[in-house]
Amino acid sequence: MSAVEEVVTEAAAVEAVPKRAMTLGTGTSLLVLAALIIMPIFVKNFIIFQMTMLLIYGLAVLALNILTGGSGQFSLGQSAFYAVGAYTTAVLMEHFDVNYALTLPIAGVVCFGFGFLFGQPALRLSGVYLALATFALATAMPQLLKLNFLEHWTGGVQGLVVTKPDAPFGLKMSQDMWLYYFSLVVVIGIYILAVNLLRSRSGRAFMAIRDNEIAASAMGVDVALYKTLAFGVSAAITGIAGSLGAIAVQFVAPDSYTITLAVSLFLGMVVGGVGWLPGSIVGAAFIIFVPNIAEGISKGLSGAVFGVLLFLVIYLVPHGARQVAILGQQLAGKLRKN
Amino acid sequence: MTQAQLAQGTSPLLAVRDVSVVFGGIVALNGVSFDMHKGQILGLIGPNGAGKTTLFNCLSRLYQPSSGDILMEGASILTRPPHRIAEIGIGRTFQNVALFPNLSVMDNVRVGAHSKTSSDIISDSLRLAWVRRSETDVNKKVHEILAYLKLEDVAHTVVSGLPFGTQKRVELARALAADPKILLLDEPAGGLNHEEVYVLGDLIRRIRDDRHMTVLLVEHHMGLVMSIADHVVALNFGKKLAEGTPAQVQVDPDVIKAYLGSKDQ
Ligand SMILES: Nc1ncnc2c1ncn2[C@@H]1O[C@H](COP(=O)(O)OP(=O)(O)OP(=O)(O)O)[C@@H](O)[C@H]1O
Ligand SMILES: [Mg+2]
Repeated sequence: MSAVEEVVTEAAAVEAVPKRAMTLGTGTSLLVLAALIIMPIFVKNFIIFQMTMLLIYGLAVLALNILTGGSGQFSLGQSAFYAVGAYTTAVLMEHFDVNYALTLPIAGVVCFGFGFLFGQPALRLSGVYLALATFALATAMPQLLKLNFLEHWTGGVQGLVVTKPDAPFGLKMSQDMWLYYFSLVVVIGIYILAVNLLRSRSGRAFMAIRDNEIAASAMGVDVALYKTLAFGVSAAITGIAGSLGAIAVQFVAPDSYTITLAVSLFLGMVVGGVGWLPGSIVGAAFIIFVPNIAEGISKGLSGAVFGVLLFLVIYLVPHGARQVAILGQQLAGKLRKN
Repeated sequence: MTQAQLAQGTSPLLAVRDVSVVFGGIVALNGVSFDMHKGQILGLIGPNGAGKTTLFNCLSRLYQPSSGDILMEGASILTRPPHRIAEIGIGRTFQNVALFPNLSVMDNVRVGAHSKTSSDIISDSLRLAWVRRSETDVNKKVHEILAYLKLEDVAHTVVSGLPFGTQKRVELARALAADPKILLLDEPAGGLNHEEVYVLGDLIRRIRDDRHMTVLLVEHHMGLVMSIADHVVALNFGKKLAEGTPAQVQVDPDVIKAYLGSKDQ
């Protein structure tokens, strides 16, 4: 019956969750879904826009969660995949007049290829060294996007303006609200596919590699293949998040996709709970809203306040939102017994 | 016994030919040869550091022999990458339990069936009908093995919290899930008490008989080896000391000396 069954235990470098606990129970999922569907009806357009960004960053954190929580590989380079997805959409929409919805799968395929290829050299690295290599990728990406010979397509330092789509079928809905529901459908679709994947033979291969590479290979798991596949899948999902992000923000520019974004996504994963997919949305909320809260507390020292808040979270709940969910569930269980 | 004797005349299931392994200056294996026949339980004995685990690691392609060859049903395995050993029917357990600690017992055993199944990430994400069917088959098989090894009660428990003895049994279950032709067991009795060792010996014999497997058993527990093995190979300092029936090897002067020598240290 319970959604999060196992008790948090101390674990090694990558804090992992058994597969059962990687998702929410059906009841809780439906409740969250209902809230996400109803909410925009009651709030202003700007809040709807922020909720769209919440979904988009949630998707990007989910992608990192599949890579780190699933296959045990670190990445500080997710911003690069996000950028490639965003630019794919912007270039296709603005230069080739491709429908925005069609650019998403294209961005996914492009980023899958990019991630899969990047995964090849990354095979020789693990842990901190892999994190460093992906860090280099994130650092290089904005500069690559500024390259002169690409300027005709990418708009160089200026970037590209993206047209926001109207609601189709003559629906009486603001652009922001339409884009929110469009993103919601995409995100939920991908979430379901991701859950399926992690529960499948391939997902078990990812987690076997995460837990013990030698034993995994003795069971017939092609470690190199599945590690690069995990990179490909993670990059593809991050790329689709980037696509949605480009459409929502209506603008792509090299400096929107710096290492800061990659670090934010990493933070989001840790705060949400490594390997716990529903935590991704909580992590995304943290990286979107807590900086604003910090600014509200002190304009001049917002960075420091953010740091203190982050420290508090990590100190109080080192396993992130997942730990809170488990505690909540244990409490509910006790109340029911009494 | 009879099964093994019948097989004697035929070609071996597994042939280890003159295998040597060198680590830096240490010669861990030095020209070791022996044959394994279908249906045998072959006991591999030797004092600590004799090279038993090293031989296992050659069979699972974790180590590359510096010379010699290993033939499975007549074909060399030395051209295969490690992840393509399970598919030719060589399964193993590890001396120091190498499970997937964060996965449940059931999932550990499911991974054991990886080499017996196929899938791709797209079909898996979409849960296509053929993937669902294959998963149903795997689950049925896993349940059968868990029942066989009396692990049903812990099927959904995460393995890292289980007692060592149970973990060893899970490892055995995981190896069985691939239906190997040859089962390599590296010190399965480690950490078990007298009673449990007795039960284990019975179990290994049953696995050989019910599931038609051939077993290569590394064990320090002499009582166990001598009671269930059809054939014994003794190693010391990477060299084969003796080979024969348990009775023959037990009285071999070189073997006795090697064991007495190691006790003196
Ligand atoms: N990866 C390695 N690198 C260097 N030396 C190794 C390695 N693996 C094994 N050895 C050495 O090879 C020799 C044989 O070791 P091995 O583990 O095969 O012995 P064993 O017979 O399994 O012993 P035990 O009964 O203690 O398990 C030992 O001297 C060991 O130190
Ligand atoms: Mg050993």
